[in-house]
Amino acid sequence: MNPLAIDLNLQPTTLDLWHVSLAGAVMVLFLLLIITLLILLFSSRSHKKQLAAAAALPPEIKIVEKVVEVEVEKAVQLPAPEPVILREATPDAALQVLSLLQKEARFIDFIKEDMSAYSDTDIGAAARIVHQGCRKAVAEHFTLAPVSQDQEGSRITLPAGFDAYAYRLTGNITGSAPYSGTLVHKGWQVTALHLPKLTEGHNPNIIAAAEVEL
Amino acid sequence: MSARYSVGIDLGTTHSVLSYLDLQDTSDQPALTVLPIPQLTTPGAIEDSPQLASFLYLPHGAELAEGATALPWTAKADHLVGEIARNLGSKTPIRLVASAKSWLCHAGIDCKQASLPSEAPEDIVRISPFAATQAYLQHLTDAWNYKFPEHHLQAQDLVITVPASFDPAARELTVEAARAVGLGQAVLLEEPQAALYSWIENSEGDWRNHVSVGDVLLVVDIGGGTTDLSLIAVTQDQGNLQLTRVAVGDHILLGGDNMDLALAYTIKAKLEADGGKRLESWQLQALTHACRAAKEKLFNQAELDSAPIVIASRGSSLVGGTLRSELLREELTKVLVEGFLPVAAVSDKPISRPRSGLRSVGLPYAQDAAITRHLAAFLSKQLNAVLEFKDINLPEHAGFLHPTGVLFNGGVLKASALSQRLLDIINQWLAAENAPPARLLQGADLDLAVARGAAYYGQVRQGKGVRIKGGTAAAYYVGVESAMPAVPGLPPEIEALCVAPFGMEEGSEQTLPNEGLGLIVGDAVRFRFFASKTRRDDKVGDRLESWSDDELEELDELEITLPGDGQHIGEVVPVYLSSAISEVGTLELKAVSQRNQQEWKIEFEVREREHAIS
Repeated sequence: MNPLAIDLNLQPTTLDLWHVSLAGAVMVLFLLLIITLLILLFSSRSHKKQLAAAAALPPEIKIVEKVVEVEVEKAVQLPAPEPVILREATPDAALQVLSLLQKEARFIDFIKEDMSAYSDTDIGAAARIVHQGCRKAVAEHFTLAPVSQDQEGSRITLPAGFDAYAYRLTGNITGSAPYSGTLVHKGWQVTALHLPKLTEGHNPNIIAAAEVEL
Repeated sequence: MSARYSVGIDLGTTHSVLSYLDLQDTSDQPALTVLPIPQLTTPGAIEDSPQLASFLYLPHGAELAEGATALPWTAKADHLVGEIARNLGSKTPIRLVASAKSWLCHAGIDCKQASLPSEAPEDIVRISPFAATQAYLQHLTDAWNYKFPEHHLQAQDLVITVPASFDPAARELTVEAARAVGLGQAVLLEEPQAALYSWIENSEGDWRNHVSVGDVLLVVDIGGGTTDLSLIAVTQDQGNLQLTRVAVGDHILLGGDNMDLALAYTIKAKLEADGGKRLESWQLQALTHACRAAKEKLFNQAELDSAPIVIASRGSSLVGGTLRSELLREELTKVLVEGFLPVAAVSDKPISRPRSGLRSVGLPYAQDAAITRHLAAFLSKQLNAVLEFKDINLPEHAGFLHPTGVLFNGGVLKASALSQRLLDIINQWLAAENAPPARLLQGADLDLAVARGAAYYGQVRQGKGVRIKGGTAAAYYVGVESAMPAVPGLPPEIEALCVAPFGMEEGSEQTLPNEGLGLIVGDAVRFRFFASKTRRDDKVGDRLESWSDDELEELDELEITLPGDGQHIGEVVPVYLSSAISEVGTLELKAVSQRNQQEWKIEFEVREREHAIS
């Protein structure tokens, strides 16, 4: 028999350190495989759930009056970090809204102008144009409704599981649902959106064309 | 294939609206929908709007980027119509076609001749009022077909509205424009009737409780460019209420746009008096817009005494270059209420100045802005309109036709200050003759009623719901030379030969076999053509030797040319005249050969005369 040939049927006869470590490595790899499979399964499920949730959302944009709160993210050890899917806002729509505000309300002209040189009367006159125009542009392209139908200043109660995007709790947040508090701001939401459609090749970056009179 | 939808098109002077209902909806009140019309608003941007602005812009080749005029259904529209036309045209008026509809009913121009914009310089290729109308209809058709690819508009029941005051030539042109875009099935409906249909539809069957036998309903429709009047009698036929349109008013080019312009000139005078600087034309445009907004604000908010008017500069500096003024309530009242709706006696007539001999080619705008005086003249003139109805009894001493109900239509009358004023004045006239006040028929949508009523009428034509009868609102006459010995120095006497009587129903035909004419083959023969809105008893073949000026109104001339085919040029063919009102609602005049019954259509044309001038 060739002494270099490997007999695969051979059983280890000695329990030396080499074999123990080999057996240990096999066990570790096996465990790793199982864990990886489990994670994959879990994450694909939750991903599907997220997709389903995204699809179930009505195609509307909600603008809610927000109290801006800066939170410092703390490094917390999570058991299995899920990939967070963030929706990318399309620049076209944002540019379109700017363009509409400029067209109807001379919004950019107003914002870009240095106000310090003018009297309040002059600014007031211009503000009318901006206000009337913005009002028209917003009324034509967005259907707005308050989030809460209650009177501002009245006491309202939020049940458990209330929509935390639509209602923002502030102040003395303690205890458990239902939460009772004073409605400070009724909130705004857009219930319908009708932005102009754009032709192919339209350059949305041009918010207002330069005008040349012949 | 039978039609799935009943579609109504309000082809307005400043806005067009399309409304429809599903004929397969068998409920009592099928839903009426107004079609959102996709249209360019600025180069490259398309928005839906219930109204298509009836404006057309003729862009310069270098003006717009490639692809900037794409619509959902085409990469490049043939004509720029809708909001974009109005927007671009407000800065470049020499390329803007507006009020094409008013030109259609303008005696003395050839509507198929490329004549608009009338102020355009030489190198702009003009377009005819007819082609502009066709472009609006094409856009509406495309918008519909884009939304309903399975049910093309060409295959639907279609009603197009025209002013009640449209003459036969203008009606014919409207139908022809529809035919040119494949809408040959379209029928016409008068706008005030459409408004009344909309009111009936809107009342959900309750309208019978608001009108009764013996009522005379006055429809006042003040749109952007025209004022249209109609009278509808409510009578009874075998226990059923019956509606008959008994009279229509003259074509009055006077509307909301005139009001905004009047306000703009008031403010302009004020600004120029203050600052001493003449306003430029773009500032006047902006001022007109600002005045419209201020007017609406003052009308809607009774507590305000004035509304500010601000015109922004054109440059990017907004605060520095603004012009400021304000519209006071007293000015608004003075200009609009006293200017357009002055207190008038019912015996008053619109003031007319003789037109100066040299007049630039333009629309024959009403010379008297007082709508109340036009209305007074109409009601007085139509005193005898309901004589034939035994259900309607006017008092012996009545000096005008007493309306018992009033229906308002058109954007202008949304302002309650104006509609209330008009109603008050009508009621003053009634009170002066001891008649009970007229009541206001409530509940119409003044902007969209005409299109909605038109779609509803499509359903009525199928036998669902009450139909307003009426027929032609005028009797028509051709001028023939009387057989008098010629008197040197005087033009030959003209007699008016009645070719179509008042109230001639759609689908009926009348001939004048006894009035033989000899026509020369190959030669154009022209006739003077007249209409009368008051002579109700003339029959076909009646000859009038004399008439008063306000009885007969002269329209465009008629023309017959017998083509050479079959006959020799120069041969004289004996013919008689025949008139018919088509199912569509247009008047058709024909010359019929007495030899072989061959027919030739008589055209409402004016082309030759234009040539003679130029």
